[in-house]
Amino acid sequence: MLDPHPDLTSGVIHGLGYLYALLFCMNAYWAVRSFKLGYHFRLPKSLGGQDVPSAGPWAMYAVLLLLVALAHFVSAGRPDAFLIRLPGWLQDLVNVFADPISYFALSTVLFVAMIWLREWWVKPTAAWVLLNITLVSMGLAITDYDFRQIVGKPDNVPIVGMLFIVAFFTWIYFKRANDNDKRIAEGRPLFEQENNEKVLVWPDLVYAELICMVLITVVLVAWGIVLEAPLEEAANAAKTPNPSKAPWYFLGLQEMLVYYDPWLAGVVFPSVILVGLMAIPYIDFNKRGSGYYSFNERKFAVITFLFGFLPLWVAMIILGTFLRGPNWNFFGIFEYWDTHKLAVLDNVNLSDLFWTSMLGQALPGNMFLRELPGILLVLGYFAILPGLMAATVFRKFFHRMGFIRFVVFSNLVLLMVALPLKMVLRWTFNLKYIVAIPEYFFNI
Amino acid sequence: MSVGEYIRNSQIWKSIFRHPAPYDRRNRTVVMLTNFFLHLHPVNVKQQGIALSYTWCMGGITFFLFLVETITGVLLMFYYRPTLEWAFQDILLLRDVNTLGIMREIHRWGAHAMVITVWLHMYRVFLTGSYKPPREFNWVIGVLLLVLTLLLSFTGYLLPWDQLAIWAITVGSNMARATPFLGHEGPGAAILNIGGFDLITNASDARFMLLGGRFVGEATLNRFYILHCVAIPLVVAGLIAVHFWRVRKDGGISQPL
Repeated sequence: MLDPHPDLTSGVIHGLGYLYALLFCMNAYWAVRSFKLGYHFRLPKSLGGQDVPSAGPWAMYAVLLLLVALAHFVSAGRPDAFLIRLPGWLQDLVNVFADPISYFALSTVLFVAMIWLREWWVKPTAAWVLLNITLVSMGLAITDYDFRQIVGKPDNVPIVGMLFIVAFFTWIYFKRANDNDKRIAEGRPLFEQENNEKVLVWPDLVYAELICMVLITVVLVAWGIVLEAPLEEAANAAKTPNPSKAPWYFLGLQEMLVYYDPWLAGVVFPSVILVGLMAIPYIDFNKRGSGYYSFNERKFAVITFLFGFLPLWVAMIILGTFLRGPNWNFFGIFEYWDTHKLAVLDNVNLSDLFWTSMLGQALPGNMFLRELPGILLVLGYFAILPGLMAATVFRKFFHRMGFIRFVVFSNLVLLMVALPLKMVLRWTFNLKYIVAIPEYFFNI
Repeated sequence: MSVGEYIRNSQIWKSIFRHPAPYDRRNRTVVMLTNFFLHLHPVNVKQQGIALSYTWCMGGITFFLFLVETITGVLLMFYYRPTLEWAFQDILLLRDVNTLGIMREIHRWGAHAMVITVWLHMYRVFLTGSYKPPREFNWVIGVLLLVLTLLLSFTGYLLPWDQLAIWAITVGSNMARATPFLGHEGPGAAILNIGGFDLITNASDARFMLLGGRFVGEATLNRFYILHCVAIPLVVAGLIAVHFWRVRKDGGISQPL
């Protein structure tokens, strides 16, 4: 019987063959590079302890990739018997750990590790190993039908690309920033200040721009030929697709709807993000780090921005695009999008927790009295915390910024933290709303 | 005299290019000052300021993609009528009848790419601290351009009038009805009533204004079409001009102070 959802088809195996062939070329180049630069590493004592050129292992790895690629090309005709595929137990394992909590925890851990280990992972070899691990995992994951369904959607392809591009540029940033930080510590001039003669725009810049335009055109034409723009059936207002998703760049906002009501997640937070972005130059009083890459010169600004961009924006888009299925339920990357998947929704409001669980009485009839604990909490969060912040951790900031700047700054920070905060509250206390006045659509 | 020389000495050529080819230092300077399309550049720049590993070229690529979108967009407009009767049919025809036509593909992928390059441009500008004085205001203009880029993409999403289009726009625009005070399901909207008569209803709120109706329909299609093809591009073009001008006026391409 023909499987309607085959994990492997001839086309997929053939395509993967090209992926591994590309990986072979990349690593063959890497072996040559490593040989030319004369990289060595020392074997452990038990194996003899001599110096070995690094090119050796890289060349062996490259040859292995070539063999894998050839295996794909040769056996593309027999998908059923093909062995190089993701093992089922690994898929199950990934799916078991796939839930919003682990996802957010993982992205936070990765974020911390990225900053903590910035000296290590910017090394070319480390980055190269990470890239190889990512690409080989992608290659293996593609052998799964459900993974292909979601990653291979034409509109989702740019998001996969964005993942690699953002990682690449973050790598460039840390590489240049580490270099400059070291230079500043040693009192040497910045990288940007060395070899910095004036050059004529024609030809130096004009030709670079021309080449850039040609390359982008080539990429767009190739992309346009390979991948057809999606077109589904004609619009039908009576047939709601499940899941209904906003355009991909808004999926981070749509993901916020899980934790906050539309008036916050869809209107207030997006506005705050934009206003907050515009406010950055006016609240960042730090004169250093202007016009060059650095991390140590402006740690707080960079960490805050990176946290907003990487875990809270990019990672949320990935989550909303690839991991949210029917009814906005969470699905592992190898999981079938089952419309009937049930998710337990036993969330309670703060008022229930306070009046019923803590005090053991019925909810007060007056809605303002009922929601008083939540209202006080929210007011305290935005009115008292800034003062506490100014007196403690951000004392220096407060002195440098002045009152108005600091109020804007502290409220922006608090609003940014509000999202992860509500997430954690949801996961730990099943908290639905801190303030719940559905009568006036006022739920926080 | 070779043909090339003959052409370069003709009156027509000389009327277009007002000086010899930019082969020597003097003419490489003059070309930047006399050519309209080049004059937004300075004559010379610091070498590190234009190094690819420094700028990532993302702002330039974004601008180029804007031009690509404009050209492919105009070509698409020849084949597209924004009505319920024709919108989807025209896209079908574009796909099935026009042999080798990839204008829609280039337009769509270019749009996705543009959103990403805008983000990366902002990423670079932030990470090099290039928004700091004296460039504060140009960063603000940049944020406005980010909003407009997203709006361009959002309004364009509806035009194919397929299931993907109307439901993505429905989900996105449903947010507007929760706007505080101005959306009929937003907090505070109930306060805005005179003598028991609600001012904010589903036929008068922010979402209604956005869609031109109570749901995504023909009025929405027309509205989004005009926003996508005329209104937003005009504003974007204006802001891009200001953005570029301010780069020059606020101290040129960013550099260590």
